[in-house]
Amino acid sequence: MEGLAMSFDVRVERQLGDRHITASFSSEGGLTALLGPSGAGKTSVQNMVAGLLRPDAGRIMVGGKVLFDNEKKIDIPARQRRAGYVFQDSRLFPHLRVRDNLLYGWALAAPVDRWMNLDEATRFLGIAHLLDRWPRTLSGGEAQRVAIGRALLSAPRFLLLDEPLASLDPARRDEIMTVIERLRDDLKLPILYVSHDRDEVERLATTIVPIGR
Amino acid sequence: MAITPEEWEVIALSLKVSGVAVAGSLPIAFGLAWLLARRRFPGRILVDALVHLPLVLPPVVTGWLLLLAFGNTGPAGRWFSETLGITFMFRWTGAALAAAIMALPLMVRAMRLSIEAVDQRLEQAAETLGASRARIFSTITLPLALPGLLAGMVLGFARSLGEFGATITFVSNIPGETRTLPIAIYSALQMPGSEADVARLSLIAVALSLAALVASEVLVRRAGHGRAGHVL
Repeated sequence: MEGLAMSFDVRVERQLGDRHITASFSSEGGLTALLGPSGAGKTSVQNMVAGLLRPDAGRIMVGGKVLFDNEKKIDIPARQRRAGYVFQDSRLFPHLRVRDNLLYGWALAAPVDRWMNLDEATRFLGIAHLLDRWPRTLSGGEAQRVAIGRALLSAPRFLLLDEPLASLDPARRDEIMTVIERLRDDLKLPILYVSHDRDEVERLATTIVPIGR
Repeated sequence: MAITPEEWEVIALSLKVSGVAVAGSLPIAFGLAWLLARRRFPGRILVDALVHLPLVLPPVVTGWLLLLAFGNTGPAGRWFSETLGITFMFRWTGAALAAAIMALPLMVRAMRLSIEAVDQRLEQAAETLGASRARIFSTITLPLALPGLLAGMVLGFARSLGEFGATITFVSNIPGETRTLPIAIYSALQMPGSEADVARLSLIAVALSLAALVASEVLVRRAGHGRAGHVL
C-alpha cells in the first residue's frame, strides 16, 4: 500500500442539531483510534470519512487521495471512496446468505482493484463453515467476522471500524481483537477505529485521537 | 349447487377486472408509497389525503366523480379515448378503473409501511460497498419491501373483488360487461325466489377471498428468505 503517504489527514466540522462536531488529526499507517465518550461525535466523524455525512467544512485525505475538500468543491460519493466500513451493528443484509453478503461488494469492485478472494477471506476470518447460513442465525461474534469479511472483499483502500466489539461478550471480544490486530499487522491497510474504551484502544492503536471535551 | 354458465362468466369477469385493476395501479401505488415513505416535499400532506380519499368518501360519490372525469365527455375520458382508444363508460375497463381507485389507498398504505420498515442503514452499508442508487434499490430496498408489496397487492385484489358502489354508479350493471360478483349478488337479491343463487354466489365470493389470502401468505413466506413474514 501507499506506505509513505499520510494514511489519514482529516480536518472536519459539522453542526448536527445543537451539537458541533469537530475533528482534526493525521496519522501515518497502522490503526488510528478516535477515543471519546459516547455522544462525542466519533461515529459522525467516521461517517464523514466514509462519505455518508457531508461536513460543513474541512478536508479529508486518505492514503494520499483527497476524498472531500469544501474549498476545492471535491466530494467523492460514498460508493466511490472504497472504504471498508464495519458498522457497530454489523448491518448484514438479512435477505442474503452469508456467502452473498460477503460477495456483495466484491461483485461491484473493479477486478483490478480486488486484492482478496472469497477463499482467502473465509480462511483469514475462520468463517468458511458459515457460508450457507442466514445472518439471523449467526452469533454476535460470527456476524461481526462476516461483516469484516464483507468489508475486506469490497476491495477497500482503508478500513473504518466503528466499535466493532461493543455488542460482544468478553470471550468474543478477544477473538475479534485478535482479528483486528492481524488486519493491522498483516494487511497494512490504514484503519480508522472508533471506541469509547481506553483499554481496547491502548492495545490496538498506533495513534490515539481524543474526540470531544 | 352446480355453477351455471352465467355464474362462470361473472367469476371470470370479476377476476379479470380485479387483476387488471391491481396490475394497472401497482406502479402508481408503489410510486406514491415510495414518495410518501421517503421524500419530504411541499404538498405531501395533500397527496397523502388525496390517496386516502376513496377510503372515506361514499363510494357513490367516487363513482360520480369518475363519471364526470372519465365519462365519454369528461376531460380524462376524452383523452383516453382519443390517444389510447380506451373508453371506460359502461365497459369492464371502467369497472377495473373504479376498482383500482378504490383499492389504491389500501395498496399504498401496505406498501408505504413496508418501505418505511426497510432499514436505511442497510442501504448506507450497500452504498459504502460500492452500490449505485439503482442497485441499492433493486438488491436491498425492493427485496426487503417485497412481503409488504405482495400484501398490498393481495389487499388490493381482495378489495377490487368486493368493489360495488363506485362500480355500479360509474359503469352500471351490464351482464357480461360490468356485472361483477357483488353486483350479480345484488341483482339476484332484487329478484324474488333467488335465495339459492344469492347463497351460491356469496359462497363463491368467500372462497375467492379466502384463496387470495392463502395464496398471499404462501407468497410472502417464500419471499421471506428465512425471515418471518405475515400479510395481515
